[in-house]
Parts: sequence; structure tokens; C-alpha cells
Amino acid sequence: MVILLGCFSISLFAQPTFPVNGVADQRETLYAFKNATIVQDAQHILNNATLLVRKDKIVSVGTNVSIPADAIVIDCSGKFIYPSFIDLYADYGIASPQAQGMGGRNAYLNVQLNSNAKGAFGWNQAIKADVNAGAIFVVDDNKAKALREAGFGSVLTHQKDGIARGTGTFVSLANVKENFAIIKEKASAHYSFSKGTSQQSYPASMMGSISLLRQTYYDAKWYKNNAAKEGVNLSLIAWNNNQSLPQVFEANDKWNALRADRIGDEFGVQYIIKTNGNEYQRIQEIVSTGASLIVPVNYPMAMDVEDPNDARFVSLTNMKHWELAPTNPAALEKAAVTFSFTTADLRSPNTFLANLRKAIDNGLSETKALEALTTSPAKMIGVNDMVGSLEQGKIANFIITNGNVFNEKSSIIENWIQGNKYSVKSEKWYEIAGAYTLSVSGEKGTKSYSLQVKSSSAANIIGNDTIATKFSFDGKLVKIGFPAEKKSSNNIKLSGMVNGGVWNGYGEDNEGNKFTWTANLNSLAAISTDTTKRKPASKLGAVTYPFTPYGWTESPKQETILFKNATVWTNEAEGKIENGDVLIKNGKIAAVGKGLQDATAKVVDATGKHITAGIIDEHSHIAAASINEGGQSVTSEVRIADNLNPDDINIYRQLSGGVTSSHILHGSANTIGGQTQLIKLRWGANDDKLKFEGSDPFIKFALGENVKRASMPMGNVRFPDTRMGVEQVLMDAFTRAKDYQKAMWAASVGAKPNPKSKTPMVGADPTLVVRRDLELDALVEILNNKRFITCHSYVQSEINAALKVGETLGFKFNTFTHILEGYKVADKMKAHGAAASTFSDWWNYKMEVLDAIPYNATIMSKVGLNVAINSDDAEMARRLNQEAAKSIKFGGMSEEDALKMVTLNPAKMLHVDSRVGSIKVGKDADLVMWSDHPLSIYAKSEKTIVDGIVYFDREKDVQLRKELTAERNRLIQKMLGEKRSGNPMAPATPSYSTLLNCGDHDHSHGFLTIEKD
Amino acid sequence: MKKYTLLYIAFILSQLGFAQENVYPAKKQDKAIFISNGTVHVGNGTVLSNASVEINDGKIINVGTGINPSANAIIIDAKGKHVYPGLILSNSNLGLVEVNSVRATADAVEIGEINANIKSLVAYNTDSKVINTLKTNGVVLANVVPQGGVISGSSSVVQLDAWNWEDAAYAKDNGIHLNMPSLFNRPNPYAAFMGINAPAGDPVKRGLEELEKIKTFFKEAKVYLSQTSHDQVNLKFEAVKGLFEKKQKLYVHCDVVREILAAIDFKKEFDFDVVLVGASESFQVAELLKNNNIPVILNQMHALPTLADDGVDLPYALPGLLQKAGVLFAINDEDGQHRGKNLPFNAGTAAAYGLTKEQALSSITLNAAKILGIDDKAGSLEKGKDGNVVISEGDILDMRTSKIGLVMIQGRIVSLDDKHKQLYERYMYKYGLK
Repeated sequence: MVILLGCFSISLFAQPTFPVNGVADQRETLYAFKNATIVQDAQHILNNATLLVRKDKIVSVGTNVSIPADAIVIDCSGKFIYPSFIDLYADYGIASPQAQGMGGRNAYLNVQLNSNAKGAFGWNQAIKADVNAGAIFVVDDNKAKALREAGFGSVLTHQKDGIARGTGTFVSLANVKENFAIIKEKASAHYSFSKGTSQQSYPASMMGSISLLRQTYYDAKWYKNNAAKEGVNLSLIAWNNNQSLPQVFEANDKWNALRADRIGDEFGVQYIIKTNGNEYQRIQEIVSTGASLIVPVNYPMAMDVEDPNDARFVSLTNMKHWELAPTNPAALEKAAVTFSFTTADLRSPNTFLANLRKAIDNGLSETKALEALTTSPAKMIGVNDMVGSLEQGKIANFIITNGNVFNEKSSIIENWIQGNKYSVKSEKWYEIAGAYTLSVSGEKGTKSYSLQVKSSSAANIIGNDTIATKFSFDGKLVKIGFPAEKKSSNNIKLSGMVNGGVWNGYGEDNEGNKFTWTANLNSLAAISTDTTKRKPASKLGAVTYPFTPYGWTESPKQETILFKNATVWTNEAEGKIENGDVLIKNGKIAAVGKGLQDATAKVVDATGKHITAGIIDEHSHIAAASINEGGQSVTSEVRIADNLNPDDINIYRQLSGGVTSSHILHGSANTIGGQTQLIKLRWGANDDKLKFEGSDPFIKFALGENVKRASMPMGNVRFPDTRMGVEQVLMDAFTRAKDYQKAMWAASVGAKPNPKSKTPMVGADPTLVVRRDLELDALVEILNNKRFITCHSYVQSEINAALKVGETLGFKFNTFTHILEGYKVADKMKAHGAAASTFSDWWNYKMEVLDAIPYNATIMSKVGLNVAINSDDAEMARRLNQEAAKSIKFGGMSEEDALKMVTLNPAKMLHVDSRVGSIKVGKDADLVMWSDHPLSIYAKSEKTIVDGIVYFDREKDVQLRKELTAERNRLIQKMLGEKRSGNPMAPATPSYSTLLNCGDHDHSHGFLTIEKD
Repeated sequence: MKKYTLLYIAFILSQLGFAQENVYPAKKQDKAIFISNGTVHVGNGTVLSNASVEINDGKIINVGTGINPSANAIIIDAKGKHVYPGLILSNSNLGLVEVNSVRATADAVEIGEINANIKSLVAYNTDSKVINTLKTNGVVLANVVPQGGVISGSSSVVQLDAWNWEDAAYAKDNGIHLNMPSLFNRPNPYAAFMGINAPAGDPVKRGLEELEKIKTFFKEAKVYLSQTSHDQVNLKFEAVKGLFEKKQKLYVHCDVVREILAAIDFKKEFDFDVVLVGASESFQVAELLKNNNIPVILNQMHALPTLADDGVDLPYALPGLLQKAGVLFAINDEDGQHRGKNLPFNAGTAAAYGLTKEQALSSITLNAAKILGIDDKAGSLEKGKDGNVVISEGDILDMRTSKIGLVMIQGRIVSLDDKHKQLYERYMYKYGLK
């Protein structure tokens, strides 16, 4: 069959340059499909219409089309004709890429610092802009068949490998020579956050992927004018050439979609974004990208939660997503997002239509569904002049169905692609169900039976008894077998061919006698009209913000609250006010004192309670998609802000411990780590709104064991391997930064060095001459006091060395974090002007913390440093007030000073003490009401307030837990309902969570937590 | 009869050492000590105001209000102070691991699956720098536990003021430790990363098969031990003799309900004294644990909830749930940062989330002693028990008020000097601070 089709195709598409082995066989066949319901596109439906197709193109379509005499006419009475579907996210016909050269299973064992790609390519192996899918595309009829059967006629295919993936090619699914299957050779350019088969160490994180993309945009722009400096760089040449194409980004998550869109915004690119179907969880943010989407329909299966031991570990989030995933397309439609569908992420295309129908059951309109399969994808990549609708001149890609294609009972009968017919369910062409007279003529004469055909696989002989036959009909051939007598085991066997209402054939009876037979249609069975009822919409749970347990269905609002009669720890000159009042209004502290009144305020009786400023954690790793970019020793270009994760349950957990602001730091895998982000714990806000607006930018540095990879089991090949090398990494990076700054100034025609400007490069655009280097940009900011360092450090020698580097090259260390030997060099730190952020009492877990002492904070404070206690641990952050209290015990710090170590002192360190850190009129209403003395082990936050919004309320928390339990139970019952209905079930899979940390020390977390640095 | 203040004793002791190496174990008690007029927390839930405790010859000889000191007793005035039984760390690698990240200093994990004959005591390093920092916070006894394999070996309880492990031994080899095979549908998240194929089949089934192998070991041990002589001596079987004689307890380390049920099954089959260690999911089957008399050691209070769905304070509230159900439990502190000294604050957290303060105290004193099988001589301030006593200025469970002035082990007033204090002194000196 394949061979036959191949011959057929070649004759349809003779190539002038190809010699023919045989006799020329040019054909110009014209097909007329008449009497059909033609769905030209989602808006135009023609009844009783005709479609004319010559070779691979549509000649005309309409209700008044005259059929030329040379047409082969196909009567499509009762049939529907639709444009074939389009999938923009395929790798059809593209071989799976292989990893190049050496690589390790474990990146730490064989760190590959440089690219292994052979040839004149760029420095990073994950940038595969040079890949041209059109050049490696090979028709693969097995794969094409599966897609054709799901109704698809053309796909945009590309090599799904790397961060830049080169160009995609738009191809038909016809089994024709590649020369013709390719409709548009370079139709798109592709990007992702995943480095794929690249084993190169960089990038090793979400932040790193983002930075690599940004840097490559800048490099490519610079390269246009500076090719001589760089030499031939095929990656950048291809990158530049690809920019004019539609740009497709595989994001595969709602937050990733925003991350991708922000890269696009920086470089004037609007990506088409491939999602993973969780957009409904943040639909407003998705709308704000303005992007068109490519959306999968891979809805999760219900899990078998029969055993409560299994159900225990399936998270609410996973169960809710199971329930709501099929509502995603409807949510997109409602929000007026342009999108198309893809079969990507499905195990097989054959589940595509069933899943699409699920989406329709959940509110997606059929019109939008069809658009998303035809005109939308065609327009998204600019091929709507060729495909997507049935119009004159377009490519003849269409499906013939026996009913509304979105109806469960309808079937795709044929899928015509580039004028080639591909049968899908040809047996559905004819309505054969009906009453027939079957006449068998043998030596014994003619015998008649009454044959009742029910479907293409069932028919009965009706006589005195009703005898079920073995019946099969494949669209052309029919086979019937039935016993001569009711209980006879010997069958009469008939085989024949169907031609409309007349069947003819040949057979053999139970005694071996041969005969011929005919069957004539008496009456067709009444055609059932569309009886499919849309399943009544079941009760669905609400989307919560964030989409996690304890998420809000309705976000809490800013309130005016008057706390009466509390012990108020002001952290100001007033000190501790007994029986004091605090008024908060419009997100700010409006009044502090005694006997306050405000008629509009909600009054909270805080008798016996304590009110403090919210806790500020100087060193945290929560709420981020990645923390460590250890791919290189200097990665000042990466930014935590690029990958904040508002769905982290630890935001809520830490609110319960009174934390209101957290400084999210890069890890400690390298000497110059990434740019940090100060956030407020606004539970339910999106990634952008989490940011502490207007705060000074910081960056993480690290020294010592971690950056020299001391605990790597197989040793280390990345420079530096000693503290001597660490010092030189700093010297080298800042020396380069200074030269870079000078070069930028020099390249700014008519510009003068202006150290006060945020970017010293003023005047003409110097980046046309000097390569803009995101890594050095950040260091230049440090040199100009526009960015501030928080430096992971332990032992006195390395602290001292870092101070000297800073003093030599003219920059300051704002903060030393961890700083467990800070007490040994507190005088030097003070002279430098550095602050200290430390743990209370961790020690002895590695060599560089052998001399850590719980008196560290007290000694440093006594010497005059600004000292904070930080967590670096999602669990301990909930008890920072108590960690600070240990300094009362160790060294005799005063209670008020101890509290300041987790409030005002970190605020000062982070340059936000004008906003937070104390209870002072005009500061942000970031407060905690404690049940007990705030430094006591018995203290619990009863209310944690950020910007005057109560984000954690211990009473409300009790209510939320009840709702959560009820919702879990509802979903478990619903899943079990699926099981009872006999639907396919997946085994219950525990919902693991990944907890990111700096890779510095052990943490105590549950057994569902996978730790990662 | 001499009267000393706490301050005076602390002063004498601080003169003893200049470096960690000079922090000497105390000499055997030679005079009766009478701690007078303190708030005495007995450890069993009782609090005695204005009460006294007298210790002689290493033992508590009298406790109560209105009692008088013996002749020649040293009197320590504890007026306004709190007197507690010495705290007990019920599961620890203290003295086996000095610096986690340095392999050479780690002696807690042995090679092999069935290591019943491995004994932690022989590797317990009394000179670990960590030990003194625990005494500083009132911890006087620790159960030192081997790790690794399926049966890790035997643990011993040590007292924390000793010259060597023989001196330290407080209860020798009285626990066998079993790491329950995982009965949890957990695919190895690192399998792909490590390039190993996840073993095929149902992990629960696999775990149960593993469990059968362990049971076979004990069945064979039982038969072996019932014979008086053997052609070939089996050290592993010999090592678990105490389990059958109820001289040893079987500590089963596990978390999830299926594993806990398997532990109960173990008890039923072999009639061992079973103790659960970890057991973060024990609240789900507390009733069963109570009915089967199975106590629990909660390893780490300061942990995150297992699931985002859980109450944000579930680990903090867990002791309260077990208390309510009547399960015997101890609170422990096991982490990699050598914070065993925070044991009392773990209990304090439990007191904030459901226990009374005295119940919380019991979970690190008397209950721990009962679970470790040493309640005949430790865990509470009762007549006849060892003189393991701690005096604090304030509530020992709260870091805000815990200021330990005196720690006594077996009647010996031990040095509270440690490496931390010495470095503190050194740098206070450097900066001219007081």
C-alpha cells in the first residue's frame, strides 16, 4: 500500500529535474466533492456544497460550483468536509538529537566547561541556532499516519533540543517526496529554557538559561558590526538570520510563559509560546503577555486513590489540576487569548480528539476549537495564505467526516493532504446499516435470507430465529459468516464487495459447496440524529491564588486596623511600649502610642499580645525556580528575579512564623554568584508583585569550601580549587569590569565618564563597538555603588582576603552572610563598613565551620557591626525570632537588640529601613501580632501583616484547613467515581516537592521533599 | 556545711580549662550535695515549689519540700531557680561523627545489610568537641546509634562526662536498630540522574519481600539461640540474643503508615520490645500504637510538614497529638548541624503547640528514659535514681530564659566549659570587651 501510494504521489508531483525510470505519467486529475457540508473555516459553513480539487490545490468551493466534465465526481451526501488540522509543535520527521561528544551522567563527575560542538560555532553548545529543520527533515509515514488519523494535515516541525533550536519547517503529512512535503522550508525559529543534550556545565539553572538567551541577543547584535573580532560564528549568523521568522518559545509552564515573554519584551520580540496547559491557574498574567499560545491537551488521568495510604501523599494541587486541566482551553477562550492546539505531550495523537472533546465538554466552543486547529495556527506562523481554510488557491488539505467532527460519534473517514487521499475509516463512508435481502445461489437453487445490518461489525440473519453473524465491513469488502441452522457449528461463509446498495460475492456452505450470492438493500436504518449530549458540567473546584493548598479564592484586602493594648516593640527610641496601640491604614503605619482612636478602623484587642515589625530574612532560598548557577565561577549575569516562584508553599509557612520580607539569594556554588531579589511575602501575588518594589539591587558572592567544590565526590576541575584561586577570581573579575567600563566610556562618542549615572555608558551607543557583557555590567554596577554584595563566607582568612580585594579595587562588601568566623575579624569588617548576617548556632558540619560559636552575633554586635540572624533554611525561617533569642543566652544580648537582629538590622543591611524594620509612623504596615513574648519559644504569630494586608491569620488558618480537608475529600471521591465508571486510572503517585537550597548544609525536611542545590 | 552560690561554682569550673583538651571529666562525688529551695521539676509531670534535692554517692537520696540536708552536705542555693532532671538525647550519632562533610571523621555508617553485631559504643569518641556543647544546655545522656544497612547494629546510652567509652557507657548495647525497608511508592527521583534504572515492579511488594528476609534472619536467630552449642558461631545471631530475652529493644526507623504497620506486625510475630524512630506519620495510627504499647522517638521537631496540604505546624503539633492519644514518646534532636544542644527548645516548641510544659519536659527526660530502658536510674528527680541534675536560671525549654548554671551527672558537678566558651573568651579578650 505504501509503495502504491508512493507511485501515485510521484505521478501527482513529477519533479522536472528528476529523471523518470519508465514512461512519463503526468496527471492533472480534477476531483469534485459534491453534496457535502463544507466547513470552510470556523465562521463559514456551506450546505450542499461542492469542492473542486486539481492536483494539490483547491480550485473552487461553493454552493454554485459547476462541475467540469473532466472531474471525477465523489458524492459526499451526508458528509462534512473540514480543513485538515495544523499542529505547530511537532518534531515529525526529525531524528532525535544525540549528545555530542563526552558527557557525564552526573555533571559533577565530568564537568564539561566548554562546548563539544565541532566547527565554527559559538561558545555554548545549547545555542543551536544553526540547526535547520528543513535540511534534516525526512518523511516518516508511520508517524504521519498517526497524525493524519487525528485529522492533521500539516505540522510545524523542529528539532526539540537546546535553548536556541534553530529553524522549524512547515510540512504536510502527505507521503510524498520531501521536496513537496515541505510547504515552507524556514517557517519559524525555536527557543526553550532547556539545554537538552548539551552537557556543557553552563547553564545549569533556569536563571542561567534566561541569561544565556539575553546575552546571545546582545552578542548577535554586536556581531553584526564586529564579525572580524569574533571570526566566523555560525551560531550568531544563524541567530541573526532567524530573527525575521515567527519566534516560538517552549515555556511549558505558566510562570515560564511570563519569563519567556519578558525576554521577548527586552528585545522587541513577541514569542509564540508553547505552554503545558496550566495557564488557567494565572489567566490574567497569561493575557498580559499578549502572546499567541500553542496549547497541549494532555490532561492527567485520575489516580487510583482507593488505598488511603496512597491517597495520603497525593497533593491537593495535583488533584485539582486533574479536575481543572480540561477547563484550560475554555479559560483561554474566555480571556480572548489566541491559541492553537498541539498533539505534543500526548503519548499518542490518537487520544487527541477525545481530549479535545473533554475540553469542549468543559466549556470550549466548537468554533474556537476549530479555529485553534486551523486558521489560528495558520495565521500564527503566517501560512494562512496556504492552509487553514478551504478556499480557492489553497492547498488541498481537508478531512471528510460523517458528522460534526467534535461529536463523539463522528468519524474521520478520509484525510486528503496535498490532494492525496488517505483513508482513515473508510468503512464509515457508507451507511450500510439497514435491511437487506441476501440471496444465495448454488447447485441446490437459490435461498433467500433477511439480513439486518447494524453496523460495520454487526449483522443478524432474521428468520424464525435471529442468528448473529460474524460480520465485517471495511468500506469495500464485506465478510459474513453464520450457521446453517441455529445450533450448527459449521458456518456458511460469504465474501463479497459492496457497491452502494448492491453487494455481490462468492461463498462456501457448511458442506463445502461453492456458490455466489447477492444482497440488495431494502431500506436503510433510520440515521440517528445527533444524540450525543454534552455531559452535564460537574461541579468544579475553584482556581485559587496561588494554585496550592492555602491559596486564596478571594485575595485578602488592605485593612484599617487598630491594635489596642499590646506590648509594642517599636525598635525606635520609644523602645517597648506597654499597653500600646498601633493603627495601620492604607498599608502604612498611621499611628503608634496609647489611647489611639479611629472610627473607621477594625479594632483588635491585643491585650496580652506583642506587636513587632515583620521579620526580615536576609538569607533565604524560597520562592524561586532555581537558586544555583554553578556552571561557571563568575555568573553575575544571572538574576533570581528572573525566576521567582509564587507557588512555593514556604511563603505561607513562613508567614505563619512572622516573616514579611525575604532576601532570595543565589546559592554558593561559585565565587561570583547571581543577582538576588528582595521580596515581600505577598501570598497569592504573581512573581512581579512579590518583589520589594524600589529596593536596591544586591548580588551574592561566595568564598571557601563550596566555591572550590570541596565536597564533590570526584574532585573538581573548575577554577578555583583553593582559597588562593578564589581571591584571584575576584581580582580578575573586577579588573576586567574596570577595563570594560573604560572601553564603554571610550566607545561612547562625545561621552564623558559619569560615575553618578546608573549606566556610565552615555552618548552614542557604545555596545555597537564594545560587546555588551551582562556579567560585567553587574560588576560595573558594584564598582559604582549601584549594586551591593552579600558574601557567603566562613573563615577569617577568606574574609580578610575579600576585604583587601575590595579595598584594592575600590568596591565594598555590603554584607557578609553566614560569616561564622566574623567574630575573629569583626574589627576589620567594621573598618570596611561591612554588615554581618549569621546563623545562631550551626557549627562543625564541615571544616570551615569548626570554629563557629553561638556567641558570634553578640561579639560582632559588641564590636559595633550591624548584625542579623538569617535562616538559609525554609524551616528555620519560621523561627527566626527564637534563633535571635539565643543571643540572649549566648553573650547576654538585650532582648530589644536580639529582636532587631531579625527586623531592623536586616532592613538596614538591605537598605530598606526607611520602609520596614521598625514600628514607626509612615513605614509599611508589615507587622506581626504574637501570642507571647516575641523572643520566647512559646511565641506564635497570630496575624502576619504585609502592606496592611493580613496574609496569615491563625484563626483563618484553622478555617482554611477545614476547607482544604473537604476539598481533598471531594476530589478523592470524584477520582474514585472515575474508577467505578471503569475509566482508565493511573496509580497514585506521591506528590514530591523540590526544595532548593544553597547546597551548603543539611536540612530537615519531609520524605516527600527532594533537595536540590 | 558550706553554702555555695551557682555563680561561685561556675567560676571555679571556668578556671579549669584553657582549651577544649583541658576540660576535664569531673571526679567521683565525694560529698553530699544539697540543692535547696528551687522549683523542682521532677520529670514525671510534678513540680515542687521551694523544694530541695540531695545527692550523695552519685544517687539522689532525698527530694521534697521541708527536707533537711545531711551533715557535711554542700548546700547549693537554688532559690528562684529551676531544678530539672538531666536531659536525654534519645537517638544520635554523637561521638561517631565529628564533621559531617569529612569522611575520615564519620564512623556512623558501616558497610553491609545485616550488621546486628556492629556496636556503636566502641567507636564513641568521648573527646568529640560537640559533647561539651550539649552539656552546656543540660543534656547529660545520649543514645548513640549506628546507621546504615537494614540492621545497623546496637546502640548504647552514654553519659556525657567521661574519659573513654567504657567510662561513658550508661546502658550497653541495649538497642538493636532496624531501618524498615521502604513500603512507600517512591520512585527514586535520582534514578535517571544517576543513570541507574529504577527497579521494576511495585516498590511496596519489593519492600515486603525485603521485610520477609529480615524476618527470616530473626527466625533463624531464634532457632540458633535456642541451641546450647554450635558447630559454627554466628556473631550476628549472638548479637540479637538480648532482643529475645527482652534485654534489648528493637528500634525500628520508619516514617509512613505502612511501615509502622509492619513494625507492629514485627512485634506481634516476635514479641520484641519495639520502639519507632522518626515516625513522622505516627499521628495517623496513634491509637494502634497505644494499644500495642509501642513508643515513639520523634527525631526532629523542627522540620517542615511532609506535604503542602498538611497543617503548616504539623511537626510542631505532632507530640501533642501523640500525647492526646496516650502514646509514650520522646522528643529528640537529630540534624546535621550538631544542634543536639537545642533539645530542650524542641520540647519547648511542642509545648507551644499542644503539650503542657511538664509534658514537654517529660518527653526529653523521663519518657526518654523509659523508652531507652534506663528509667530505673535516670529521667526524673526521684529518690534512688542517679544524681543527673540540671539547674537553670529560668525555664529550660525556652532559649530566652534557659541559663544553665549547674549540671550534675551521677552526682558529679561537671565542667560547663566548651570550645565555644573558650573562643568567646579569646575574642572578648582580643577586643577588650567584657
